[in-house]
Amino acid sequence: MRWLDILVMAFQAIVRNKLRSFLTTLGIIIGVGSVVAMVHLGQSATRSVTDEIASIGSNLLFVMPGTAQRGPGGIRTTAEPFDLEDVQAVAQEVPDILVAPAVTVSPTVVIGNANETISVTGTDNNYFAVRNHGIAYGRMFDQDELNAGSAVCIIGTTLIDEMYLGQEPLGTTLRVGRTACRVIGVLEEKGQSMGQDRDKTILMPVKAVQRRLLGSLDVHTIYVSALIDGSTSRVQKEIESLLRQRRHIDSPKDDDFYVRDTQDIANALASTTNTMTILLGAIAAVSLLVGGIGIMNIMLVSVTERTREIGIRLAIGARTRDVLTQFLVESIALSTLGGIIGLILGIGGTWLVTSRLDMPFVLAPGVMLLGFSFSVVIGVVFGYFPARKAARLNPIDALRHE
Amino acid sequence: MTSDAQRETDDPTLTDSAPAVIRMRNISRIYGSGSTEVRALDGIDLTIRDGEFVAIMGPSGSGKSTCMNMIGCLDVPSTGEFLFRGVNVGSLDRDELALLRRHFMGFVFQSFNLLPRVSALANVELPLIYGGVRRAVRRSRASEALRTVGLSGREAATPSQLSGGQQQRVAIARALVTEPPVLLADEPTGNLDTAMADDIMTQLAQIRAERGITIIMVTHEPDIARYAERVLYFTDGKLVKDGTPEEVLS
Repeated sequence: MRWLDILVMAFQAIVRNKLRSFLTTLGIIIGVGSVVAMVHLGQSATRSVTDEIASIGSNLLFVMPGTAQRGPGGIRTTAEPFDLEDVQAVAQEVPDILVAPAVTVSPTVVIGNANETISVTGTDNNYFAVRNHGIAYGRMFDQDELNAGSAVCIIGTTLIDEMYLGQEPLGTTLRVGRTACRVIGVLEEKGQSMGQDRDKTILMPVKAVQRRLLGSLDVHTIYVSALIDGSTSRVQKEIESLLRQRRHIDSPKDDDFYVRDTQDIANALASTTNTMTILLGAIAAVSLLVGGIGIMNIMLVSVTERTREIGIRLAIGARTRDVLTQFLVESIALSTLGGIIGLILGIGGTWLVTSRLDMPFVLAPGVMLLGFSFSVVIGVVFGYFPARKAARLNPIDALRHE
Repeated sequence: MTSDAQRETDDPTLTDSAPAVIRMRNISRIYGSGSTEVRALDGIDLTIRDGEFVAIMGPSGSGKSTCMNMIGCLDVPSTGEFLFRGVNVGSLDRDELALLRRHFMGFVFQSFNLLPRVSALANVELPLIYGGVRRAVRRSRASEALRTVGLSGREAATPSQLSGGQQQRVAIARALVTEPPVLLADEPTGNLDTAMADDIMTQLAQIRAERGITIIMVTHEPDIARYAERVLYFTDGKLVKDGTPEEVLS
């Protein structure tokens, strides 16, 4: 028998029972489709997390007072806060870094008739580079404003949309808490990040926030950007030893501050989404297995139903392997067809979901190939038993079968 | 294969010098064992020569179908020796038997046994597909076979669109398309009315006259058996009569 004839024979048999073939294939379609969609969605999620981390600022370290671990002594709550001298010390002692202080408060902000609670960050001009968040128009703080803690602010775009209702904000005055504050600049639009609107924010000189809003000289967070790629762990160690020295701490386990690398956070999030991807993929793979059992079931019914046909073929001179091949190719064709349709639906579904959720659409050829070859393998594995049953029929009994 | 001289001494009743297609020596076919043992065939000695037209008759359960299956290499004997064109069939495996059927035999069945929902042409092509014949060659040989049985123009018809007689003629075309030396027909007219049956038998006789093939046919109708030149009559698994239709049926 020639391969083309075998293929034609298989497809004729499939087409002859359109509805049944479709229903049989449905299991594989759903299985492959869900595997492909799940893994693709997982990869899209991972990509969107890493993209967001990159947009926060690459090579970024957070330095915060407090303890990251809870020890047997209970949670340490009374960590000494940083001040601007700490910020200055870090900037001077550790080479190849950019440092920005951050003092964060959430006062009520009033613009015209609108008022809302908005996060206000006191910082300096390094912030724009360190946090990878530039100015769209207007200007940065000038040195006098920073030294004096002047009541000036740079606002995020959400405020323009929601509170200024699209009117020009530059040069206007808004009220932050009890302070009247002049708008000197507008930040670039950053969009949503991990459920937070990064454009709903106000920046002011660090001293302005400390004196006018916070009423203390504390610095909540020190942002550090390592200027040399891959140097974050060295920078982290240097900052830690410097701060230990300044805070008179002898051993790392007594640290009352912590340094976090965004790369660490990215890795942690990526590994979480990867785990989810594997789990969802495994559940989808189970449905693929169920689809395979469906194929075996229908092929067994088909062999019984076509016993007489098999008898005719055997009488005419089909060998065991001819009949085996015919039924095997039929089940492989069914499952492969399901695999192709499932692949298309899975990718289409992924595209639909990612475009709705504003996630990046990542195509993974490896996963597509895997899903497809899995469907072929299912056809072989679950088609073999029915095909063998057909091939082993006794021609005399098969011919007599009603 | 045994020499002609040997065959003469083995079987003095046959004076025809044509070579033997079928040679059975003391063939038995036993189903089951012990107390449930059934001897479907019991010590058959039979020689059929090239070009003979043989009818096999007998009441149901007489072993005629078993004998036919044996001749068709669908079944192998329990004991005894069966030579098909000198080849010992008993020693062949399943696939070798299939190849023997593919190249040397055409089958025609009582219930036609065409593939349903498949065109007449595709049905006739089927044995050639297993022979690995190219599509174009297959097509032309299959339509040629359909023309031989007078069904030109009905190539695209499926079995359900054809009358019983037409279906049986498609089956004959399928049996002949590989140009086998032996045609086996199991009650070929059993499902047909008398006029159609005569039609089919005339056709078979004509094909035999043209091609000189051996035809072996099972039937229970004496009128059909008269188309043959030789009739074998089976009772209880034994070959009890062997002669011309006139001798056996009288």
